[in-house]
Amino acid sequence: MADEPVNKTDDVPEMDEMVEEHATSEPETPVTDDPVVAAALGEIPGVLVTEHDQASSDATYHQAIVPSESWVDAVVAAKDAGFTFFIDLYAADHFREAPRFEVGINLLNRRERRRLILRTRVPYDAPTLPTVSHIFAGANFYEREAFDLLGVEFTGHPDLTRILLPDEWEGHPLRKDHAVGAIPVEFKAGSVDL
Amino acid sequence: MAGISSEPGFLLTTVEKGVNWARTRSMWPASFGLACCAIEMMGTGAAHNDLARFGMEVFRASPRQADLMIVAGRVSQKMAPVLRQVYDQMAEPKWVLSMGACASTGGMFNNYALVQGVDEVVPVDMYVPGCPPGPQSLMHGILSLHQLIMDGEIRNSTGVL
Amino acid sequence: MSDTTDLTADVPAEEVEEASVSVAEERRAAHDVWVSGTEERMPFATGTDEGAQEMLPSDIDPALAIQEGIEVDDDYVDEDDDHDFGDRQIINMGPQHPSTHGVLRLQMELEGETVVRVKPIIGYLHTGMEKTAETLNYAQGATNVTRMDYLSPFHNELAYSLTVEQLLGIDVPPRANAIRVLMTELNRVSSHLLWAATQGMDIGALSMMIYGWRERETCLDFFEKTTGLRMNHNYIRVGGVAADLPDGWRDDVASLITTVSRGVDEYEQLLNENPIFLDRTMGVGVITPKEVEQFGITGPMARASGVNWDLRKEMPYCGIDQYEFDVPLGKYGDVHDRYEVRIAEIRESLKIVEQVMDSMPSGDYRTEDRKVTPPPRKRIDESMEALIHHFKLFTEGIAVPPGTAYQAVEGPRGEIGCMMISKGGSRPWRMHWRAPSFAAVQALPVMMTDSLVADVVASLASADPVLGDVDR
Repeated sequence: MADEPVNKTDDVPEMDEMVEEHATSEPETPVTDDPVVAAALGEIPGVLVTEHDQASSDATYHQAIVPSESWVDAVVAAKDAGFTFFIDLYAADHFREAPRFEVGINLLNRRERRRLILRTRVPYDAPTLPTVSHIFAGANFYEREAFDLLGVEFTGHPDLTRILLPDEWEGHPLRKDHAVGAIPVEFKAGSVDL
Repeated sequence: MAGISSEPGFLLTTVEKGVNWARTRSMWPASFGLACCAIEMMGTGAAHNDLARFGMEVFRASPRQADLMIVAGRVSQKMAPVLRQVYDQMAEPKWVLSMGACASTGGMFNNYALVQGVDEVVPVDMYVPGCPPGPQSLMHGILSLHQLIMDGEIRNSTGVL
Repeated sequence: MSDTTDLTADVPAEEVEEASVSVAEERRAAHDVWVSGTEERMPFATGTDEGAQEMLPSDIDPALAIQEGIEVDDDYVDEDDDHDFGDRQIINMGPQHPSTHGVLRLQMELEGETVVRVKPIIGYLHTGMEKTAETLNYAQGATNVTRMDYLSPFHNELAYSLTVEQLLGIDVPPRANAIRVLMTELNRVSSHLLWAATQGMDIGALSMMIYGWRERETCLDFFEKTTGLRMNHNYIRVGGVAADLPDGWRDDVASLITTVSRGVDEYEQLLNENPIFLDRTMGVGVITPKEVEQFGITGPMARASGVNWDLRKEMPYCGIDQYEFDVPLGKYGDVHDRYEVRIAEIRESLKIVEQVMDSMPSGDYRTEDRKVTPPPRKRIDESMEALIHHFKLFTEGIAVPPGTAYQAVEGPRGEIGCMMISKGGSRPWRMHWRAPSFAAVQALPVMMTDSLVADVVASLASADPVLGDVDR
């Protein structure tokens, strides 16, 4: 139950305690047997593609783990291969793992009815990734959201400012070492004037 | 009175009762819809529940013309200054009704983003529970506020007439 | 970055021909589709930064801002410090404004009555739901997400439940699927009715407001009878739904269908021939198919632009592919097409609801997997195992294996998707929501630039943004 550090700010370990290495690529068949996804990512080195079933559905979708160096290349390759429908971009914090931050982009191929989620990792000490907002205009706000809530910086972004939180806000609340910010609830019975 | 008798008549009351009666009978709310509660607040004003029965269907967009601010929904840290400004722009006498769990206490979202109760920002006269409160709950809260005004003294929020 | 696909291919070829000719139809041609990069860049004065957020820095590479003919022009550029500001002025609309559908703030630069540039500023309803979700276990999560897009609570719950079920690798019984389809389609109807009401109100047809709410109440009555709440139901849960349909639900739904169909006919009588309504909607707020894909606009807005993409058809879930329905498509991508598409979608959803009524399977309304669903109360007295399951479920919650899952459903505003990262245990490690309104709000500058101030309201209403969904 209490194994997650979500509510605690005191016992946050130093970053050098992080030992668990996150594998970015494994020695497997590099690309999936799905021809559409293979056409998109076949040229990108170090890509690991997995196919996932959806719940209560026959449809499947693909996730691809991409090295951060070829992030833009992979997005461009996917777009050129028909994944032209931008859906989503997100970031996540894999606390106590290195590299720590995950960024993913969710693309659709309308012709072939494929969904492809490209995921990559960036380290804590340099959480930067080149922007893709010049490839997909819609990524603009999503990258700002990722920057606002998780502090991932997108180099080359035209307007990388806070989007959801006030400008003067400090910290990135969706990081795992950021407290939820809950205030303790006290029940003060009998203080109501009747 | 008028229409019943052709003779001119008169009515005895106190100034206080007369003023309070006038205040409660056309209490125009400021439209301060924020989240889910705003939808129920609009539903209260719509045909099915008809807030016009209490002379309150005129949701004013301008705070200058409003008497009652119904804070309908969760108030974020970013919204709190705006809320206070709208409240300050309202003319006296003015009242605040905190609609729903989020506006009253922060509700289920006890986190960094929300103001934990709108009474940290503006003085609240009436709290309506529920998530979101149905139109009946809101009307009950409004009528309770009317009763509070009828029973109270004539004064503004600073305590002076 | 090549332009490989012909994006208008979904519209039949003869219609494309016709479109390019009949765009000469005066009304629609009066407002050009906004293609930026073609207009001259206007110099802007300094000191226009009145927002809570910083404007574009002046040393930015302009090549970045130009994107294959689509230019994101929602930021103010300081190009000439000495420029005479002239007639231009900055107007803030919102966050407390009756036409902004909540707490959206639009920073508009006006030249007279014409909107030169628009910048949407969001975050005034940021609730931190994604952070709160990390502190709630999987059984509690639906309570959280249902308050996200508060006009389509069932869709939020469905996307959440499906994502968790995908991680768990379980399927739900057929009756649960049918109930899910029934409730989500009714929810689409109630959401579109609310949209019709507010769209009418925003462009001056105040009667629409009254009519739309009148029919919506019939949907809410059924929701209340089934789930106990008018909104924020927490009804669709991991493993099925919270309760079976109430007695006499067929009669309720049948009378609902009659009432709503009659209401929709009335709206069309009121609006379809109304010259003011036509003038204020036709050719206003146009979005092209290419911009739809670039900005990730989904749902009725995308379909009004002729992009034939509906997750119910393309990636069907909950067995929705067994019901017959059409996907209405628009041609011009303007406000009027969005109106027509949504009104048609109400009818299509009612068609699905009718079919669900006729084919409702019997059986369990939630899965009997004891790792997900608590055992019935009676079993706890009899079986030690049931007691343990019950105890584990209510103290620890559902144990979900590690993994990353994404699943989306077709909400009333577009693709509502849930991206969930689990590291095992009973709480999500990270839950990210793909919000359709977020994408729509981002595309508002495209719709509004070079239009009139009054059209801003029409465009905004036609996008149907729910700020709870945008800010989360």
